[in-house]
Amino acid sequence: MATPVLDKVEAESAASPYITVTMRIRRFNPEVSDASVWEDFQIEIDPKERVLDALHKIKWDVDGTLTFRRSCAHGICGSDAMRINGKNRLACKTLIKDINPEKPITVEAIKGLTVLKDLVVDMEPFFQAYRDVMPFLVTKGNEPTRERLQSAEDRERFDDTTKCILCAACTSSCPVFWNDGQYFGPAAIVNAHRFIFDSRDEAGEQRLEILNDKDGVWRCRTTFNCTDACPRGIEVTKAIQEVKRALITRRF
Amino acid sequence: MSADTSAAIGPVEGGSHYDVENPAPYIEAPRKRTGKTPRATRGNFEMAAWLFMRLSGVVLVVLVLGHLLIQLFLDGGVSKIGFAFVAGRWASPFWQVWDLLMLWLAMLHGANGLRTVINDYAERANTRLWLKGLLYTATVFTILLGTLVIFTFDPNIR
Repeated sequence: MATPVLDKVEAESAASPYITVTMRIRRFNPEVSDASVWEDFQIEIDPKERVLDALHKIKWDVDGTLTFRRSCAHGICGSDAMRINGKNRLACKTLIKDINPEKPITVEAIKGLTVLKDLVVDMEPFFQAYRDVMPFLVTKGNEPTRERLQSAEDRERFDDTTKCILCAACTSSCPVFWNDGQYFGPAAIVNAHRFIFDSRDEAGEQRLEILNDKDGVWRCRTTFNCTDACPRGIEVTKAIQEVKRALITRRF
Repeated sequence: MSADTSAAIGPVEGGSHYDVENPAPYIEAPRKRTGKTPRATRGNFEMAAWLFMRLSGVVLVVLVLGHLLIQLFLDGGVSKIGFAFVAGRWASPFWQVWDLLMLWLAMLHGANGLRTVINDYAERANTRLWLKGLLYTATVFTILLGTLVIFTFDPNIR
């Protein structure tokens, strides 16, 4: 007796997985106005789909002028960081069902960077800070003819910070970065950490001096916004504290 | 095209006097290297300030809690505090040094904390300048006055 009932329930849910979701998107178009406005879109979507799918639905079927960045759409390239329901996340890693689809879902550009159009921001200051910490291997002497070997423990030391995908979710969630944008930002410090604690790298002192700057690690207020925002689960604040400790003890 | 877009977005406050040829003014991005960008400072003042906050904080926990314990709880609590009580304590150099240390550390700790708050929240350079000026004046005044009182305290004053 129970089986037909079960089948009926399953059939019902299989009939229409779609629900109506209101996407409230902060639009900005410099060719129309210098002010940005919230615009609501009602779309039918499976709650198991992602926010990025909802944006695609809007762009492809409703309003082609909606502008946002995405490349791989699978949480690797770091193009589609945006502020969803007031929290920085990757649109391609956020499921509709996880962010309460009963209420309107707000989507806006990440804060602290100049908005170019809709959800697209000028990432140049972010990458400027990244370039400033020299995110590349620096060594002295002759180049070895084979790999630069490293023990598993030495590799483990900076493993966490190698996961960064430069999506800017952390930096644009940092209230110190919002202030005047001169702070290096968590992402740059994480990528400096990745090389400072690399046993093969020899420019640790140089990077530490760069981060000892007025706008370096000392402006961190340990609010943990960056750790909460990181879509890769990097312990960003911990990495910043480790750089501070290295600056004081000069041991790394 | 621009008419279509504005219809889709709806009316915007301030009117739409921007179009393809004349877009809204570009807001200069932060951290862009311009002529006004200050040169990189390699000074360690921020590090010293950061370290000072931690160390003075630890010392202040002992000093302030001890101070509160003596002033408010031991020997009859707050009712015992009077000119005679203060004069009696400051007769000993130990309490003079205790109070002096507490005054300096607490004032500098608080002032440095407020300095970072002003740095973080004051948006215009002028506001920042004036708030910091006020802060430094108040700090120096309080520290000097307190130090003067501790060193020149006269229990026989009339």
